[in-house]
Amino acid sequence: MSAAGKLPRWAELALLPLINLVVALLLSGVVVRLLGESPWTAFKLLASGAIGSQEGIGYTLYYATNFMFTGLAVAVAYHAGLFNIGGEGQAYIGGLGSGLVALWLGDRAPFLVVLPLAILAGAAFGAAWALIPAWLQARCGSHIVITTIMFNFIAASLMTYLLVNVLIKPGQQSPESREFGANAFMPAAHEVLARVGVTFTASPLNLAFVLAVAAAALVWVLVWRTRWGYALRVAGQNQAAAVYAGISPPRIIVQAMLLSGALAGCLGLNELLGSQHRILIDFPGGAGFVGIAVALMGRNHPVGIFASAVLFGALAQGGSQLSFDLPKINRDMVVVIQGLVILFCGALENVFRAPLAGLFSRFGPADAKDAG
Amino acid sequence: MNLPRFVRALLAPALLSAAAHAADFAPAIIYDMGGKFDKSFNQSASDGTTKFKQDTGIEVREFEVTNAAQREQAMTRFAQRGSQIIVAIGFSQASAVEAAAKKFPHVKFAIIDGTVNLPNVQSINFRENESSFLCGMAAALASKTGKVGFVGGMDIPLIRKFALGYADGAKFVNPSVEVYQNMTGTTAAAWNDPTKGSELAKSQIGRGADVIFHASGNTGGGVMQAAKDAGKLSIGCDSNQNYIHPGSVLTSAVKRVDVAVYQTIMDAKNGTWKGGPIVLGLADQGVDYALDEFNRKLITPAMEAKLNQAKADIISGKLKVAESKAP
Repeated sequence: MSAAGKLPRWAELALLPLINLVVALLLSGVVVRLLGESPWTAFKLLASGAIGSQEGIGYTLYYATNFMFTGLAVAVAYHAGLFNIGGEGQAYIGGLGSGLVALWLGDRAPFLVVLPLAILAGAAFGAAWALIPAWLQARCGSHIVITTIMFNFIAASLMTYLLVNVLIKPGQQSPESREFGANAFMPAAHEVLARVGVTFTASPLNLAFVLAVAAAALVWVLVWRTRWGYALRVAGQNQAAAVYAGISPPRIIVQAMLLSGALAGCLGLNELLGSQHRILIDFPGGAGFVGIAVALMGRNHPVGIFASAVLFGALAQGGSQLSFDLPKINRDMVVVIQGLVILFCGALENVFRAPLAGLFSRFGPADAKDAG
Repeated sequence: MNLPRFVRALLAPALLSAAAHAADFAPAIIYDMGGKFDKSFNQSASDGTTKFKQDTGIEVREFEVTNAAQREQAMTRFAQRGSQIIVAIGFSQASAVEAAAKKFPHVKFAIIDGTVNLPNVQSINFRENESSFLCGMAAALASKTGKVGFVGGMDIPLIRKFALGYADGAKFVNPSVEVYQNMTGTTAAAWNDPTKGSELAKSQIGRGADVIFHASGNTGGGVMQAAKDAGKLSIGCDSNQNYIHPGSVLTSAVKRVDVAVYQTIMDAKNGTWKGGPIVLGLADQGVDYALDEFNRKLITPAMEAKLNQAKADIISGKLKVAESKAP
């Protein structure tokens, strides 16, 4: 850490993000006040909209599923020292892969056959979309930030072409494919819970949430418990040291980006197979970019990513509740709140570090003092 | 803390207020991603609701979606809170309307620019090809170079319908006319990119076009500005945009989304609402070319006579305007 002081681990991981979050929410409250609404009412609505009902919780976790996939994608690349901004495009193309499997097999094979193939296709398509920027970075040094963001546009153009000219259901305006066969639908949470006797209000929350949690566990094992993960982190921190240790950074770059793209590519499992049941235009809806904030706020650790993905899911769901009930708070206000959270938890995360570290070294236990 | 009770306390005011108003007429409208103030399509719908509010004093519940999942969510929410009619703006809401209309068979739904075949859904579509045809005619009649341009927003079937009607109209008056066509982009950002619109218009002007029609929402602002700066003509879209650059905007392909929205909500209020498809063309004044004091000098009496003749022929069925290219 390059900051002024060192914090105890719990403060680093929980207290600091919490302080940043509270400051961001306080500032949002000021904006709400300026718009002529009561900040307290707004926050009550935000909270009750996100976690106050089964439906709200369902939507919150549904959005969180998308953010987990893209957040993990950003984190894996980050550990290899790469800033993958292409999550949006990788998710878009990955969803195409899952969607094609669902279109192809949805009405002729059982779900247990469709699911693994859809996962594989989503991951493979997403990985393939990350491969070219990765290869360009590894071989030619073309900066991955530039190439991945440009690949987002190529993905959008390709998908528009496919949806407008090839996959579109004939006789309709909207660039969408036909509906998948019923065997390609991810089991919804309320259906699964109903089978075991629990009633849960209908929401788009589905099995993909479990897959996202499994992906988080997989990332943890791969990055922190395998030789490959060690090589990944070494190459990410210091390429010269990695070469000295017999690790090939170009190879790691390509492998990390493949994994990153594969994770982002799984977004379609939630969005298409889980909720929309068709391939439609622009379905990632910015989740690829939110994933960057989620990974930064979650300190690129799967547990942190889970927590911040749920937070961003809650903001998305609670925010839409807010604009339902308070007409003065429109959707742009919700973006302002999200922006403030990102600003304080990402860009300004060190603002409160030094004062906090000062407090800890004055009043805290001895172990916080030794590293100043 | 007892979380469920805490949460229920938070929810209580919202539930109470919903119950109190359930008996009143509470129409709802759901705008699509472009947002309520896009100066074009969604805004026209918003004008219709504003007029309804002014005429009746009844509030219209509004929501602007930011992602695909919110469409059905918003419809469900409005239906649960007692909205008798829910108007969805834009073709991309069709599948959400279908799902919500099945869930709430007693709630009336209306969709603009889309088709859903359910008894409780009114599908309102416009014959944009007819107004575009007239604008194409006007463009070819006004052009001195025999070259006219088209700048579309996002490359989707709806915009191709505009382009086709425009090209057909231009060729109808001058078979040898050259029509340049460009789409701004392939993402939703293409509706809101005046800079690129301006560049496309400049490039078409560079190739000799002297009248340019835009069907591109906010992007069109750049198209019209570029035409004005170069001393050429432009044609507006959806709303009547003649006033934006008086003397430089030849005409506008007007699409009366506001009237359609107003009418469907009013019918629901008065009990005269019916489900099923509604197609609004020149004959229903759902689409038209705009003629007002701002472009009066640009449309000569001879042009006006030809345009009105074609309009009458389209209405009577003598002149057929294709909707899409034959496959």
